[in-house]
Amino acid sequence: MDHLDALEAQSIYILREAFARLKKLALLWSLGKDSNVMIWLARKAFFGRVPFPALHVDTGKKFPEMYAFRDIYAKEWDLDLRVDPCPPIDSVDPTLPPAARSAARKTEGLKLALAKYGFDGLIAGIRRDEEATRAKERVFSPRGVEGGWDVRDQPAEFWDQFNASPPPGAHLRIHPILHWTEADIWAYTKREGIPIIPLYLSQNGKRYRSLGDQDITFPVNSNAASIDEILLELETTKVPERAGRALDHETEDAFERLRVAGYL
Amino acid sequence: MTIAVPPASLAADAVRPLVRIVIVGHVDHGKSTLVGRLLHETGSLPEGKLEMLKAVSARRGMPFEWSFLLDALQTERDQGITIDTTQIRFRTPSRDVVLIDAPGHAEFLRNMITGASQADGAVLIIDALEGVRDQTRRHGYLLQLLGIKQVAVVVNKMDRVEFSAARFGDISNEITAHLTSLGITPTAVIPISAREGDGVAARTDNIAWYDGPTVVEAIDKLTPAQPLDALPLRLAVQAIYKFDDRRIVAGRIESGHLRAGDDIVIMPAGKIAKIKTVEGWPVTPLAGAFGAGRSVGITLDRELFVERGDVIGHAGNAPRDTRRLRARIFWLHDQPLTAGVSVLVRLGTRETRANVVAIEKAVDPGDLASEAATEIKRNHVGEIDLSLSQPVAADPADNNPRTGRLVIEINGRIAGGGLVLSVDSGQRAATADIVPVESALLPGERAARYRHNGAVLWFTGLPGSGKTTIARALERRLFDRGGSPILLDGDTLRAGLNSDLGFSPADRAENIRRLGEIAAHLAANGHIAIVAAVSPGLADRAAARRIAGDRFREIHVATSAEVCEQRDPKGHYAKARSGGLPNFTGIGNDYQPPTASELVLDTAGLSVGEAVAQVETMLAQTDVLIEDPADLAAHI
Repeated sequence: MDHLDALEAQSIYILREAFARLKKLALLWSLGKDSNVMIWLARKAFFGRVPFPALHVDTGKKFPEMYAFRDIYAKEWDLDLRVDPCPPIDSVDPTLPPAARSAARKTEGLKLALAKYGFDGLIAGIRRDEEATRAKERVFSPRGVEGGWDVRDQPAEFWDQFNASPPPGAHLRIHPILHWTEADIWAYTKREGIPIIPLYLSQNGKRYRSLGDQDITFPVNSNAASIDEILLELETTKVPERAGRALDHETEDAFERLRVAGYL
Repeated sequence: MTIAVPPASLAADAVRPLVRIVIVGHVDHGKSTLVGRLLHETGSLPEGKLEMLKAVSARRGMPFEWSFLLDALQTERDQGITIDTTQIRFRTPSRDVVLIDAPGHAEFLRNMITGASQADGAVLIIDALEGVRDQTRRHGYLLQLLGIKQVAVVVNKMDRVEFSAARFGDISNEITAHLTSLGITPTAVIPISAREGDGVAARTDNIAWYDGPTVVEAIDKLTPAQPLDALPLRLAVQAIYKFDDRRIVAGRIESGHLRAGDDIVIMPAGKIAKIKTVEGWPVTPLAGAFGAGRSVGITLDRELFVERGDVIGHAGNAPRDTRRLRARIFWLHDQPLTAGVSVLVRLGTRETRANVVAIEKAVDPGDLASEAATEIKRNHVGEIDLSLSQPVAADPADNNPRTGRLVIEINGRIAGGGLVLSVDSGQRAATADIVPVESALLPGERAARYRHNGAVLWFTGLPGSGKTTIARALERRLFDRGGSPILLDGDTLRAGLNSDLGFSPADRAENIRRLGEIAAHLAANGHIAIVAAVSPGLADRAAARRIAGDRFREIHVATSAEVCEQRDPKGHYAKARSGGLPNFTGIGNDYQPPTASELVLDTAGLSVGEAVAQVETMLAQTDVLIEDPADLAAHI
């Protein structure tokens, strides 16, 4: 069993545990490389079908290529796609810096969708290597009734025994690819032939490492025009993956504040 | 804030081993600083990170602080502690390393365990000034409990003790003695200053007296956890999917291998089936063998009720089923664990209510003081006896680390966990629930009809010694005289009742125990149970005698090994000689002959009829056969 097989097997185990132990699950689909791998893994785990809805909490500010991708693959992958809009910017905490405030709309959109559908589990494609507070996540991460993450009181989680009993009104975030790295995602995408959004590949010396909303995501300098070239670039680059994400850089704790409040 | 490190594994060099190491130790002994220094020394820090950390430190009016790299949370930075475990990757010359930074504070022991449970090896850090502390010892103890055997010790802050070789030697001796007492041999004990860099990636002049490995070199020698492929098959069933016309049993192979066509046993129910296919997506079915760690889906050759929590093993090598477990656990909950409480136990994918029957031992691994064993306090370790409300399939942790560990849940949260010390399949749990039903007949009623009392006739001897031949002739003879003999042949029962058992010493003991139970039950109801089984172990036969009590008669068919091999009625000796029967009794010389049996028969110079007559005589003399008044009259 090689490295990618081991990652895949662990993710499938987590997805099946979530499906077995929670009543109302949804998978958060942000259309990016990580959540596409996650949907692929779900199809592997459940032998070709995704037995829960794919939820796209839509800020309305994604790139056109992302919307096109969603429409094609929701159909081709036979997903039960739910698209839910985010509330307008003036309903979001005005003390947040601009990019973080813009991103926080997604948290609010998530809360509305949770209330609307009554999900007790949300499967999300975050990875430990992306960002320092994500590195501290559990695989099954309890969220409070308000969607908040209490980082000081995370339950013990060991030997692949997950805590899957959220109190009434609260929910769990399930992180099946927490143990993957950015390079793992690309190597697996290539091996499995998972479709990607072309924005990840270099055009005119620039490409997106991470895809968020148009207004708060920026391309990085790169000549990597294929997955192989991306993998080579990742071998040597010291530029962090979220360098093009404005909200990470506004204040020291902007991201942590967002995550504690329920952001992914 | 973002941490990005160079990718740890690319398809191109998948040959580099990946090891997971956890850094543990007492609070403030310098774990996070060591992590920061390690990332720096191995060139793993992203661009601008060093400058950013300098800026963060300056803003707080502090000297440069490495630990800010990982202690990303505001509360962590404000209080200067690590609250929760973090994972980060870097590379040594020959390894990809996943480094797990674990909190040292006692309140966050659950986070330390969460981190350490995923590790292949550990770095245990000790402050040179403070020396070995409670939390150092506690972490050492927990590493042992979590099954981590590779531990490199670093003695940090050597700059604070003027790089004293003597101070280092004292600490080194103390921690080595502690770890050795737990069964862990430290892979290295290294003097360092994480803040200054001495001993981390390079041996500096400050520690010129030290000639062992640096931290990077020590990490470079740690190996990934032992593969579980070599152990017997254990597939933990997660769910049964019926999305189309297939009924797929989905789960993870915890140990061993499987492939289509394998004969399997589904435990704890002991149902038998064959694997029809291994299913996959996008290609299905899949050919070949699948080993430990794989998440698979299989279909079976027959419709059986299989459910989440079952464990699948190979026929002859399945886990035990039990409702009684002994476990060594660590306790993380605020409320101490006491005897008599009801908890939720999760073992693999099985979940069951359980009662804590007894607390056998309790110890604070910090000072290793044993306490009155009435409760296990938070962050303490103890041994408990659990009675489960549903049967589970399990192995002792010594035999299989994956199916030999459990967690305990209270109010929906994991409150403790530990290792299965023993699986007691002999004892029925919750005896209060079991009310044996007595036979409607009195023992005398059967004895009057059969003209014998109930008995267990236990024929033991080498394969080919003539046990079954005599037993069958005896069965015929006793039946003809109006009795109720019942033949229990070892091989016959292995084809059905005992098909989940193999030929390991434990399985053989269980095989004999079950034979003994059935035979004793028949005897208690007035029948003569004739057992023909090699039953090589003295202790196993003694156990069978205990079960049957004074109804037990042992008959040693003491035919010599040479004669047995000459006869070889089933061709076993020939097969064993050619290496085809590795556990065959006779060639392997593991037969323990009885020392005090009721009867010894050597069939080399004895006909079957003569042997049966000798048995009958013995039975008459030991009050099993009731002589007929008519027969008695004939003899007068």
